[in-house]
Amino acid sequence: MLARMKQMMIKEVIQVLRDKRTRFILIVPPIVQMLVFGYAATFEIRHVATVVVDYDHSQESRDLISRFTSSPYFAVQRQLDNSAELSNRIDEGQATVGLEINAGFAQALRKGQPAPLQVIVDATNSNSALIAAGYITQIAGGYAEDYQQERMARIAPQLAQVAPSIELEQRPWYNPNLSSRWFFIPGIIGSLTLVLVITLTAFGVVREREIGTLEQIMVTPIRPAEFILSKTLPFFAIGLFDVSLIAAVGSLWFQVPFRGHFSVLLLGSVLFLVCMLGVGLLISTVSSTQQQAMVTAFFFIMPAIVFSGFGFPISTMPKWLQYMTYASPLRYFLVVLRGTYLKGVGLDILWPQMAAMAGLGVGLLTIAILRFHKSID
Amino acid sequence: MSVRRLWVMARKEVVQILRDPRSLAIVIVMPAILVILFGYGVSLDLKGLPVYVYDQDGSQQSQDLLKRFQSSEYFHVARVVNNYRELTRALDDGSAKMGIVIPWNFSEKLAEGGPIQIQALVDATDDNSANVLMGYTQGVVQEYSAEVQAEFLRQRGIAMQTAPIGVETRTWYNENLESSAFIIPGVLALVMSVIGAFLTSLTIAREWERGTMEQLISTPVSASEILFGKLLPYFVLGMGDTIVSALIAIYWFKVPFRGSFLTLLASSAMFLVVVLAMGFFISVLAKGQFAASQIALLTTFLPAFLLSGFLFSIDQMPTVLQGITRIVPARYYVSVLKRIFLKGTPTAMLYGDLVPLAIFAVLLAVLATRSFHKRLA
Repeated sequence: MLARMKQMMIKEVIQVLRDKRTRFILIVPPIVQMLVFGYAATFEIRHVATVVVDYDHSQESRDLISRFTSSPYFAVQRQLDNSAELSNRIDEGQATVGLEINAGFAQALRKGQPAPLQVIVDATNSNSALIAAGYITQIAGGYAEDYQQERMARIAPQLAQVAPSIELEQRPWYNPNLSSRWFFIPGIIGSLTLVLVITLTAFGVVREREIGTLEQIMVTPIRPAEFILSKTLPFFAIGLFDVSLIAAVGSLWFQVPFRGHFSVLLLGSVLFLVCMLGVGLLISTVSSTQQQAMVTAFFFIMPAIVFSGFGFPISTMPKWLQYMTYASPLRYFLVVLRGTYLKGVGLDILWPQMAAMAGLGVGLLTIAILRFHKSID
Repeated sequence: MSVRRLWVMARKEVVQILRDPRSLAIVIVMPAILVILFGYGVSLDLKGLPVYVYDQDGSQQSQDLLKRFQSSEYFHVARVVNNYRELTRALDDGSAKMGIVIPWNFSEKLAEGGPIQIQALVDATDDNSANVLMGYTQGVVQEYSAEVQAEFLRQRGIAMQTAPIGVETRTWYNENLESSAFIIPGVLALVMSVIGAFLTSLTIAREWERGTMEQLISTPVSASEILFGKLLPYFVLGMGDTIVSALIAIYWFKVPFRGSFLTLLASSAMFLVVVLAMGFFISVLAKGQFAASQIALLTTFLPAFLLSGFLFSIDQMPTVLQGITRIVPARYYVSVLKRIFLKGTPTAMLYGDLVPLAIFAVLLAVLATRSFHKRLA
């Protein structure tokens, strides 16, 4: 049995590595995708184009504006003369945020009344708009607080010394600089592996079927189980190689920290690859042409990535979708990836994810093997 | 070019598509699936993030402050814990996104005066959620602090109102900050990239792989007739998909549609020509369906996903990458889509995007034709 499998595996490795283009595909695109993804994928906002109309022309309004000017989140382009101009800028897409300070702003502040600040945000990108609005509220809140402290110091200098004030000390754990890249890169490692291994496995088997060499192999003494094993083991090795390659780019190029144990990540990767091989094989049993395999694979890949919590928190999805995410192996692998990279946690925390992947992997492989038997009978 | 031969070529292709019911079914249901997937699955509307509370003081005042967190829709005070260990564990395994720690001398210090620190430990793995959480926490604490100060002064006979700045934010174009309105228009570009690049590159690569292309060439059909005849059915399918996706977006997800439907069709037709020509070009270059599908993925789908502004704002990318997006046709199409749907920009103001799109369409069509002639020669 081992001899037969060895022959089969040699054939498979030769077949994959013989073609210059396939060799290329296994190495270059994953790296390119990792680089582009790493740079493009961000929900952070910096230097948002901002225009200002100041009808108040007071010391207070200028102070407030200068807080925006010095903030890294906003790039105050220029002060405009009236609201109509401001609307135009936003309509034309030249500015994303418009601030309008009405006459009477300073007066209201001095009297201790709420002073209105009008904000217009281009919410075409609702996410950036939400974050920008949050920063605006923070800047305005910070200004109001300082203003009050100053006033208190003026009215009652002695009391100001002893008045209680509550300060918030915020500690962003795991990702102290709040870098989007640190959040995305572990996810990209998982997603790229998923795409590569599924397509590779599905295509590898279907090609034999389409060209007719599958029948030729089946008339040799090799048994179906041996065939599947020796067919998938090389893909497994390639998958592991690619995970390491992409992970190396993440660590060396993007400097994402790795705080956990390598063995935990390795275990997670092995279990995840088993799941992916199962999916790839399953797709190959229901496809007779490579085109069918491709579109079927695509239909698994898209939901698997979207439902994994790759970029969008699962908790924000509708309930029925949240249940569907339990079926995506990537969901668990991402927890393992982020857990080992950023949080530095071990098996005591990650065991449920490992168990889920092991269960899914065994299940998927069993179904795939059973179906494969049927598809060659 | 003979219309009759072109027609026959197109008919052959239609028969071939119809014979493969799965591919056809996929082409028909795919827009719906992708729109629904992204419409429901990609949401960044954070609500009810789990927060753990460690109240070392356990006084009336500390409860008072914590109650303010409970009343916000962003937070959900999931548990009250009694030690740091439990808090750390909850952040590690992801059951809490934030832990608020109130020091044991909170109420004492409040009476005494002077600064008091409370702590917020935030799981910043997901920088986006962390940002929203931290901003909001800051706001709650600031407001509380201001009120405590005013009360402190009042007790000592000094009347001082707190003077907040009332930020009135108006979010234009996507008034309710719906993620679906931001995401779905761009999904149209994804749908077309898939159809154009995947299906065409695969069907044509299959003809090469099986040798049927040579048979076709030996008939009186000319090269350009083959090209246009093969692409015509996919063009019709693609336009159908555009309309279906747009209708789902408008009637199911209630994405506002404020521009001209005619412009939508025209720009879609141009983008479709771009992706079809790309698919054809790839199939001429790549030998074999696997290589063709991988190259199609890399050159059309991924740029449409990552570099088009569909999900990630282009103006937040590094300058080099921003330059690269200029040669991504999907960028112009996505920009047109978002502006037609959400902003209702008149067609005359869309030339900045429509002209480059048209240039790409012509350029790629010429490129595909020439490369095909060359490969035949």
